[in-house]
Amino acid sequence: MPLHDPIAQPLPDAQTEVKTTTCYMCACRCGIRVHLRNGEVRYIEGNPDHPLNKGVICAKGSSGIMKQYSPARLTKPLLRKAGSERGSGAYEAISWEEAFSLLEKRLGAIRATDPKKFALFTGRDQMQALTGLFARQFGTPNYAAHGGFCSVNMAAGMIYTIGGSFWEFGGPDLERSKLFFMIGTAEDHHSNPLKSALSQFKRNGGRFIAINPVRTGYAAIADEWVPIKPGTDGALLLAIIHEIIRLGLYDRAFLARYTNAGQLVNVDEASDEFGLMARNAAGDLINPLRPHNFLWWDRKQYRPVGDHTAGADPALLGAFRLQDGTPVKPAFQLLEERVRDFTPEWAAGITGIAVDTIRRLAHEMGIAARDQKIELPIAWTDWWGEEHKSIVGNPVAFHAMRGLAAHSNGFQTIRALAILMSLLGTIDRPGGFRHRAPYPRAVPPNARPPKGPQSVKPNTPLDAPPLGWPESPDDLFVDEQGSPVRIDKGFSWEHPLSAHGLMHNVITNAWRGDPYPIDTLFLFMANMAWNSSMNTSEVRQMLCDKRADGEYRIPFIVVCDTFQSETTAFADLVLPDTTYLERHDVMSMLDRPISEFEGPVDAVRVPVVPPLGECRPFQEVLVELAGRLKLPAFTAADGSRKYSSYTDLIINYETAPGSGIGFLAGWRGKDGEKSMRGEPNPRQWDMYAANNCVFHHHMPPSHQYMRNWNKGYLEWAQQVGIRRDNDPIVIHIYSEFLQRFRLAAQGRSTGRQPPNHLRKRVETYFDPLPFWYEPLEASVSDHARYPLCAVTQRPMAMYHSWDSQNAWLRQIHTHNYLFVNPATAMAAGIADGDWMWVESRWGKVRCMCRYSGAVEPGTVWTWNAIGKASGAWNLTPDANESQKGFLLNHLISEELPPDGLGHRLSNSDPITGQAAWYDVRVRIYKAAPDEPRQTSPQFEPMQPLPGVVRPKSGWRSFFAGIGGKW
Amino acid sequence: MTQLALIIDLNVCVGCHACVTNCKQWNTSGAAGPLSDLNAYGADPNGTFFNRVQTFEVGEYPGTQTVHFPKSCLHCEDPPCVPVCPTGASYKRVEDGVVLVDYDKCIGCKYCSWACPYGVREFDEQRKVMTKCTLCVDRIYNPALPERERKPSCVLACPANARLFGDIHDPESEVSRAIREQGGYQLMPELGTNPSNHYLPRRKSELRIRADQLERVDNPRLIDTLPDTTRYAPMNADYDI
Repeated sequence: MPLHDPIAQPLPDAQTEVKTTTCYMCACRCGIRVHLRNGEVRYIEGNPDHPLNKGVICAKGSSGIMKQYSPARLTKPLLRKAGSERGSGAYEAISWEEAFSLLEKRLGAIRATDPKKFALFTGRDQMQALTGLFARQFGTPNYAAHGGFCSVNMAAGMIYTIGGSFWEFGGPDLERSKLFFMIGTAEDHHSNPLKSALSQFKRNGGRFIAINPVRTGYAAIADEWVPIKPGTDGALLLAIIHEIIRLGLYDRAFLARYTNAGQLVNVDEASDEFGLMARNAAGDLINPLRPHNFLWWDRKQYRPVGDHTAGADPALLGAFRLQDGTPVKPAFQLLEERVRDFTPEWAAGITGIAVDTIRRLAHEMGIAARDQKIELPIAWTDWWGEEHKSIVGNPVAFHAMRGLAAHSNGFQTIRALAILMSLLGTIDRPGGFRHRAPYPRAVPPNARPPKGPQSVKPNTPLDAPPLGWPESPDDLFVDEQGSPVRIDKGFSWEHPLSAHGLMHNVITNAWRGDPYPIDTLFLFMANMAWNSSMNTSEVRQMLCDKRADGEYRIPFIVVCDTFQSETTAFADLVLPDTTYLERHDVMSMLDRPISEFEGPVDAVRVPVVPPLGECRPFQEVLVELAGRLKLPAFTAADGSRKYSSYTDLIINYETAPGSGIGFLAGWRGKDGEKSMRGEPNPRQWDMYAANNCVFHHHMPPSHQYMRNWNKGYLEWAQQVGIRRDNDPIVIHIYSEFLQRFRLAAQGRSTGRQPPNHLRKRVETYFDPLPFWYEPLEASVSDHARYPLCAVTQRPMAMYHSWDSQNAWLRQIHTHNYLFVNPATAMAAGIADGDWMWVESRWGKVRCMCRYSGAVEPGTVWTWNAIGKASGAWNLTPDANESQKGFLLNHLISEELPPDGLGHRLSNSDPITGQAAWYDVRVRIYKAAPDEPRQTSPQFEPMQPLPGVVRPKSGWRSFFAGIGGKW
Repeated sequence: MTQLALIIDLNVCVGCHACVTNCKQWNTSGAAGPLSDLNAYGADPNGTFFNRVQTFEVGEYPGTQTVHFPKSCLHCEDPPCVPVCPTGASYKRVEDGVVLVDYDKCIGCKYCSWACPYGVREFDEQRKVMTKCTLCVDRIYNPALPERERKPSCVLACPANARLFGDIHDPESEVSRAIREQGGYQLMPELGTNPSNHYLPRRKSELRIRADQLERVDNPRLIDTLPDTTRYAPMNADYDI
């Protein structure tokens, strides 16, 4: 008989409890059940009753305990000691009251004089509905989240084409798909549902092809791995489009009715309307804000007709003349002409993929889409009134994120992907791509940024949201000279469609005072002194740099974070945030909810344990500040505070008085009897808490597909406020919005024109049809000297940067290597495990080499953000993360070299401002034998901040419920 | 006689490590815990994990396979770790075949870990006892848990559902069927340990294309013919809109 009973529950008399909330170990936001024992977190499991993860949970979610009890946690508000140098780590603890009065005074003065001198930039968050509201009410345009350095190309490239995007906003319908392509690294966002769906897809016999320079992540289980050179995906996609069109493998019926393929484009080069859609003067505008009076060339009557004229069938190819003599061509004809020379042979030379493989990929997708059709017996009516007896789908699905996005040619590459998906007839259809509410939205969505400096006024909210979707130069946020108004130069001629801002240029621009100096930079949960910045070493210096008069170039920096990140060292004021287990939060339909294909889903977090020390949720801090600053939306008519707390705000805020639309869509109405829309419900939080913290609106099957053009769905979406209008969302194979910018750059349109030094740039990149160009870095880096591409991927167990403080997760990824194809490494005389240098024209890093046959020979790569600064995240200064781990960011510049006239441009996509992380070119060589066996660069070790205690080395173990043993 | 086991489907495992940390969090505060960690926040951290994922490459570029290989105690039917134990601490349960260590008898001599050919035993340097996967015996019989949750924590966590759990001696069980129908295999069967855990191999789906699939009468290119300048409508055509 065993003495130790392996079944007996330890601490049988312990108080146990299970509470539901929502995970925040990554952007996926699964439902979780948190088991408590004597008030301590004992176990975190996936909630089986949650629509997103259905009970599963990932490595990060399973390590939430070690986040909760991490010794790296900040516990008190801290103020840099008077007289100490920024970056020296000298702080004193202050009370929250002191912190708030300090901020109230400083921010109040800024707001009363020049609100744009306050910049609020947030890292990973899903609370932009609140942070954006705060910034707008404050009156500063200098606000964005991290999207500009994450994947804005994916959002913008797809949304400007199909009105939706991968992300939380849509994804591959793997349940019904037969053929799935994953292009580039895309393991983040919806990661657990994607893992579950991939598994089910493979078990159903689906074929999975991974196109990626590296075979890791999900590509490991692909049926076929197609290695590709980084930054060349656009060439591959265009060659596939070429082949699909050449062979007639496109879904003609879909293109004709649901895209602008048949719309006639003015091709009169002498006309000011050149390249714009020909308009039907007699046609129904449908929506005056977005006129729909297009023309088709009816191939049956052989004459122009209004688009979607009953009985007409548009010619997709051809060249025609309108009655007034205007030569016109269908958009599809222009696409066909565009890709005519983009042959598989052409792409093979760029991508490194064999011609036969490119052809076969095109044939596989085209044939699977055409011959394996899915037909669901669901009746629906399209926007133009045609009744359909069934929903048809072509079972070819795609997924992509950062791998395509993080290049300076990413926007046009992603346009090409969205167009390919449309040619195959796979948009919002079973087995293809499907939207998630609140998408689809208009192409582009309705929000427009402010239009000029007049929008920024003392003590006044901005007259438009700080971020939006321009559709013409008139929507840019520039002054009369065409110069930027935002500190990050977003929505300027440098990056006109920068829908998520350019957080990666804020520090450099503020440091240089270009376009102007600012006073206070408020960073939330963004590690800008480390992995979230390009050119990290110099950015750290900029944060400490002073003007001639001795004042810091960025006079005041506020950092709100849960942990002692590298960035906290540069803060003048540190605000300790809570963990996700200690606070209220919403995953709102106004922001980035967790919707399913079948209908809108939103969710909440509720505290399951009390906050540590003096930690306060960032949301409460914002609501408190908004109240103190008397921002109008947070202030009642009598001048008193409108909202007592974040929870009060969430319940009672409405997008407009009486709109019935607020942060949360579930359990609205006085007694919680309404959903999507209804008056505020004082018990809304309780009702979410009692229902697994999640609300799922199930739409009828007839509303679940073809939503861009689905009359029933569009009318419903307008009724519940998901959309302003109910006009159809026709796919933009050809983008006249891009053409409008090009015409301006060519001086052919009235209205705003780019400054002369940017004319060529705008003209080149604002092409209404997709094209491939070499990433901008390539034009400034000598390929002979820097022959390799360097990229990062994200490990599933730690894909965001802040889990090195997590005792369990850091044992999985303690330090990183540079993965090099053995042939490439051997040619450089580098052995597996050797210390080596990787160098770009911007900088160099010493690291360790790991041979890998799972990377194409022209690429080297590493895991993102495993390397840390010594002492950061309260790791000991000799921890592997800082001694062997390294950060590739030192090799990447946030700017391109100045042009001949001294203009500096961001190292970003020229259309969207997406940070071009993956464009960098490098060379590698062996480290000398006498060099230290330590990564370089190194930084002065960080010391624990007040309220943070360096853990002792040696053995420790966690056992919940006995109090303080960890 | 019942033999509980895990079946790990390498065809769908993406190497996410959910099973690794979920196991750690369940067991560190469970009957088998705590699971200690050395230098949790310092150099060369090294802790106890009952379950680990090894990642390795097979083949040469461009035919390289990246394999994620989760590994924990295989609960052998003839476990070599049991007879070598001088105190009887290492034992195999009769009722369900689970191999366990009785911590109260273990003297930390490590004979069992030397005997185990799979390297899946984890010596706890803090407690000085041998530890290992218990198949979550403190979950699978726990009447306080709903029936569906009476499974090892790694099985419930796995986002890819790559881990199946059941009785491999019951020919009708899900796991027996999976082994039989999907080519389940044991690790190093030549050693005669008869491991209970099995692995399901990678499978490959292909799509064969025949030339005739590219030549069809319904090819839309028969409708959308290339532009022909003779077909341009005249300047003042007799139409209006």
